[in-house]
Amino acid sequence: MKFASEFRDPALAKALLARIGGVADQIGATREKPVHIMEICGGHTHSIFRYGLDKLIHPGVEFIHGPGCPVCVLPMSRVDECVEIAMRPGVIFTTFGDAMRVPGHKMSLMQAKAAGADIRMVYSPLDALELARRNPDREVVFFGLGFETTTPSTALSIQAAAREGLTNFTVFCNHITVPEPIKALLDDPDMMLDGFIGPGHVSMVIGTHPYDFIARDYGKPIVVAGFEPTDLLQSVLMVLTQIAEGRAAVENQYARVVPQNGNPVSLAAIADVYERRPSFEWRGLGEIDASGLRIRPKYRAFDAEEKFGIGYAVGRKVVEEPEGCACGAVMTGRIKPTACPQFGKGCTPDMPLGALMVSSEGACAAYWQYGGSRGLAAE
Amino acid sequence: MEKAVALRDRIVTLAHGGGGRAMRDLIETVFTPVFQPPGMEDQARLMDEALREPGARLAFTTDSFVVTPIEFPGGDIGTLAVCGTVNDLAVGGARPLWLSAAFIIEEGCEVELLHRVVASMQREAEAAGVRIVTGDTKVVGRGAADRLFVTTAGVGVIPPGRDLSAVKVRPGDVAIVNGVLGDHGATILAARGDLALSADLKSDCAALGHLMEAVLAAAPGTTCARDATRGGLASALNEIAAAAGVGVVVEEDSLPLREEVRGMCEILGLDPLYLANEGTLVAFVPEAQAEAALAAMRSRPEGRNAAIVGRAVPAHPGQVRMATTFGGMRVVDMLVGEQLPRIC
Amino acid sequence: MCLGIPGRIVAITDEARQMALAEISGVRREVNVACIAEGPLSDLVGEWALIHVGFAMSRIDPDEAERTLQALRDLGEAQEALEAMAEGQKALEAAR
Repeated sequence: MKFASEFRDPALAKALLARIGGVADQIGATREKPVHIMEICGGHTHSIFRYGLDKLIHPGVEFIHGPGCPVCVLPMSRVDECVEIAMRPGVIFTTFGDAMRVPGHKMSLMQAKAAGADIRMVYSPLDALELARRNPDREVVFFGLGFETTTPSTALSIQAAAREGLTNFTVFCNHITVPEPIKALLDDPDMMLDGFIGPGHVSMVIGTHPYDFIARDYGKPIVVAGFEPTDLLQSVLMVLTQIAEGRAAVENQYARVVPQNGNPVSLAAIADVYERRPSFEWRGLGEIDASGLRIRPKYRAFDAEEKFGIGYAVGRKVVEEPEGCACGAVMTGRIKPTACPQFGKGCTPDMPLGALMVSSEGACAAYWQYGGSRGLAAE
Repeated sequence: MEKAVALRDRIVTLAHGGGGRAMRDLIETVFTPVFQPPGMEDQARLMDEALREPGARLAFTTDSFVVTPIEFPGGDIGTLAVCGTVNDLAVGGARPLWLSAAFIIEEGCEVELLHRVVASMQREAEAAGVRIVTGDTKVVGRGAADRLFVTTAGVGVIPPGRDLSAVKVRPGDVAIVNGVLGDHGATILAARGDLALSADLKSDCAALGHLMEAVLAAAPGTTCARDATRGGLASALNEIAAAAGVGVVVEEDSLPLREEVRGMCEILGLDPLYLANEGTLVAFVPEAQAEAALAAMRSRPEGRNAAIVGRAVPAHPGQVRMATTFGGMRVVDMLVGEQLPRIC
Repeated sequence: MCLGIPGRIVAITDEARQMALAEISGVRREVNVACIAEGPLSDLVGEWALIHVGFAMSRIDPDEAERTLQALRDLGEAQEALEAMAEGQKALEAAR
């Protein structure tokens, strides 16, 4: 596959790993006193485990798996609301497959489907739009889940629905943004991060400037990275080099896809359709100011919260997270998944307690499935 | 003898399940002229010379088939129903002989569809050298089934002295697959249409009895074989590792995969190791006989893309690991539930 | 998260809705190209783009891709030279 396979070349990786080792030694990073680098994006977490990078890299480099997995940070109460909408008569509830197994307070979407709700997995909001066109007598709801990468797709779909005058298509908006939770993490006094791997696909939409505060105000390096293994290793090397040189800057390793200023069409569509919520709830992290988007009043007709009188539209009841779940501590890098008392006991991929065990991009599921460094080293 | 009446109805109704003349017409129009069972008693009465051999054992298996869509590139529910059961017998070292076939038909199912499914069953059965000797039909109300469900049971004979079993796999045994992985799973994903993906793919659906016989002739030390159906190669290997108490290491580089299957997996965030196959098995063979087994597979059309994909090791018993193309190592666990796309 | 992969635009299927056919490793899917359209849509045919949830989100810049790869190759050569030097050093010390 062009623009992907080239960046999976083990020979190139070998040199990168050697150089990473050299710089790590130079700055005195060891297994006992590692450099903590957070990969913000769940896609990066997945690549790290898929290619076993955590075990190939110098022991002085430790990956902290960040909050960039929309399924993992989806609060249980939001899943409950999805189920509530999906159970209404006449509704076709469409979602990316990712969200199907996330536990709600009573049930997941998978269980709701088994209980009779018409829930369909789609690849694209365009597919939901097409369902709405073909089923004028049904109410088609799309579960708008994801970061800035995915937000333009639902914005453009809502614009299309408005142009076509569709009256049976709504989006249940759970779009969230990357910079705000990163700021929240950096403001946490317990935080021990030395640098960041920035989310490549979010950045192709928003560009690299939204991260300027990380370098400027917090003095931490951040390198926007692609998703292939040499992309990730090269980005780690760029972060380490900044640390070694005493610099903190926003750098772009993924220039083949990420323009400095993002994508103007996407940004315009987002601005037209969405506005910021005062705050939004993140599973494990709590409410974070201005971290979520909602549909602007002019597109109210396409807002499932408005149409069904649900969620933030009607003031929400807070549902506590399950007892003993340490997803929050894992996500902020305070503990490793294996240090959670529920890991592998009350919480497994078969019966997930916390969301990090649900998605294969969640740190806990990745540790479980791919036997992360601790799991393999434990022998 | 009464002349068989041609069925005039274009769709199956509850009347065809009523036990009366309509049912007889359905059976005598659609099923018996094609399968030509030996006699029309309530049971098949069978004999095969292989059963006379002292030490020969009977192998008996059953499997139910539900698939959406019922017809897909490379096969239909009928080909699956024959190949699946033949393969369950074959991977255990049995020579498949006879099948039963039971049909649960939803009212409204087109008779033409039944004709097509029955024809593909007969075609597969002949190719596999088995006979469909007994059967049953039931008709259920709308919504009680999804057009057509098929259950087959199969009987075969294991020749004396042959004893394949997962518990016999030893460290050093080499894992060989007979063909590309994931074609069936990817084909079904594309054929369902709800993801709007298209690719020139067809199911790998094939009966593997002849291939297994060729492998066992060339590599009599073969310890075990499994067909990598639901849950894919990953699940088959995990079952074997657990049963044998050995570790299994798979080389990612060596996995035979079609470009389109790779593409489908990249788009949806799926792992081809977990995609279903319907004509792919993995055999464990002592290293000394591995090349012979490989050559035997490759001599047959359903083994053209055979490849050595890994081996059993003494380390990490019960666990499957993959040496990635990238020089890393990761655990390949059993699938949890259904593999879901990972997109947003 | 945010699974995105490179695909090539092979045909325009619906000018009005800005839809095109993208090919990814032999798999074809209709995608929306609004985000990468600058001039006439037909100019996009043959271009590579990053595909995410049915949208072509960003054009892939082949020159930038090559620059990244070249930097990696250079690093590889430099690393080899470094290792050769270290080997030489070791051999010298051993000879002493």
